[in-house]
Amino acid sequence: MSIIKLLDEFSSEKLTTKSSSRREMFSTLGSFGKKAAMAAVPFGLASTKANAMFQDSGNAAVDALQLALTLEYLEAEFYRLALDSGVLPSGRPETVYMQIYKHEDAHVEFLKAGLEGAGATPVSMPNFDFTAGGAFDPFNDNGIGQDTAYAQLLALAQAFEDTGVRAYKGQAGNLMGTAFLEPALQIHSVEARHASEIRRIRGLEGWITGSMRGDGMPEATQPVYDGEENVMQGGVDVTTLDFANPIVGDVTEAVTQAFDEPITAETATAIASLFIVSDDSDSDSDS
Amino acid sequence: MKKPLVKVDVLDASPKNSNKNSRRKFIKLGGLGIAGSSFLLYGCSDDDLFNPGGDVGGPDPVDPDPVDPPVDAVFDLGSGDVGILNYAYALEQLEAAFYAAVREGDYYAGASDEEKNIMDDLYNHEVIHRDFFKAAITAAAGEENTLPDLEFDVSSIDFSSRDSVLQTAMALEDTGVGAYNGAGDRIADATYLTLAGKIVSVEARHASAIRSLLNPDSADFAGDDIIDENGLDLAYDPSEVFEIAGGFIVTDFTADNLPEPNTGS
Repeated sequence: MSIIKLLDEFSSEKLTTKSSSRREMFSTLGSFGKKAAMAAVPFGLASTKANAMFQDSGNAAVDALQLALTLEYLEAEFYRLALDSGVLPSGRPETVYMQIYKHEDAHVEFLKAGLEGAGATPVSMPNFDFTAGGAFDPFNDNGIGQDTAYAQLLALAQAFEDTGVRAYKGQAGNLMGTAFLEPALQIHSVEARHASEIRRIRGLEGWITGSMRGDGMPEATQPVYDGEENVMQGGVDVTTLDFANPIVGDVTEAVTQAFDEPITAETATAIASLFIVSDDSDSDSDS
Repeated sequence: MKKPLVKVDVLDASPKNSNKNSRRKFIKLGGLGIAGSSFLLYGCSDDDLFNPGGDVGGPDPVDPDPVDPPVDAVFDLGSGDVGILNYAYALEQLEAAFYAAVREGDYYAGASDEEKNIMDDLYNHEVIHRDFFKAAITAAAGEENTLPDLEFDVSSIDFSSRDSVLQTAMALEDTGVGAYNGAGDRIADATYLTLAGKIVSVEARHASAIRSLLNPDSADFAGDDIIDENGLDLAYDPSEVFEIAGGFIVTDFTADNLPEPNTGS
């Protein structure tokens, strides 16, 4: 069975609407009640319950690193649980997830050390809910089935990696003039390498065309891609340039592929918040 | 370090040169195009950088008269953000020239649809990056401060060989990633920093895809050969980049005035 076929099977409608069929589908699978409503909320619009972690420290660089750390916690925990889930097929998927987990875990440690070195207290790891209130079952904890769970593992990984690329890019300006800019850029490009590989495993191109989230991506992930259609760079509409070599195919598509766009801390936080159930792993959770 | 003095083709500096696609005879040179280690940090009037024809700031080591460049003039990338933009422009010229040549070679002719599509996309992206930099630098600093069209010697690449093409693509993409990562903290203007960020992640996506083609089902897309134990990607100084890429660059230029990193320390 092809990946695309698999992905089509968890159609975005089922994941993003409060249709009765979806409720029925999940109601037999376990306790999804509490946060089920969140499943209807697109990635970027979730209530920002993580906001408490992004208090203004008065230091833009520290705030940027705290945001980065939170996103790295999210990714590291996601890949750790994915590797433990038994959902990943052996071979390329498992090899790729192991490598990415190694990097995200290293990023967590690196950022914590960096924050401490700068005299700041790193935020602690929140409690994550990768079902997003019942919309997903990427680890097959609730019996959605290996194939669908695997498709969701890939879709979420793509969304997390493409979000990470945009979020780091959006924070670069806040790190200017500090020793953290270069390592942040070095993490940023690693996330882009990850994104490319995950996208290619899913049968997509490694780069983003327009604001297209790509085949099989749940509609809820669209905020991860909104704005990628931008063609204005440095005040120039790049599509209007007189290219010295002819562009193959559609010029606008090629131009949007050639530039990745940043997102703000607010957008990144809103996306991450969909998967955060508490600000602190020590607090009670219903997991 | 030796500072080679090789002339920039005067035609390249001519504003009317529309002969960009022609294949001028490659001139093989032993030396690298770059020698700059005597970096000077100049104040840069950043506010003017998006101002077409605005003051670039910093002393100009090149003959300031753009109309009649001396035959033996060696272009210097310049100082401040313009220097970094010219530096990036040089790399994008190399990448675009490489993929243009790939698409005329036998490997491409016989490649699978997937690999053809990837080569087409990479060619598109690098041509777009290259021509964007040309337009941006020209608008910000004037044609006389914009790196001329460079000539390259790609005779070491076997364009009929998949392995030769993909290995070279990997080296160029990885080098591009490392170059942008290493240049970020030399940029003074936040808008330019973000622009560099918009491009470097696309280069990283390329590098990952090429590495994945070379060794599918492996961790090479972000392999331990390039990502360190902290999970950090490559970051090169300009001198390292020109050591790697310089072998392809025929037209000589200098990088004597590129800014130093600003780490606040």
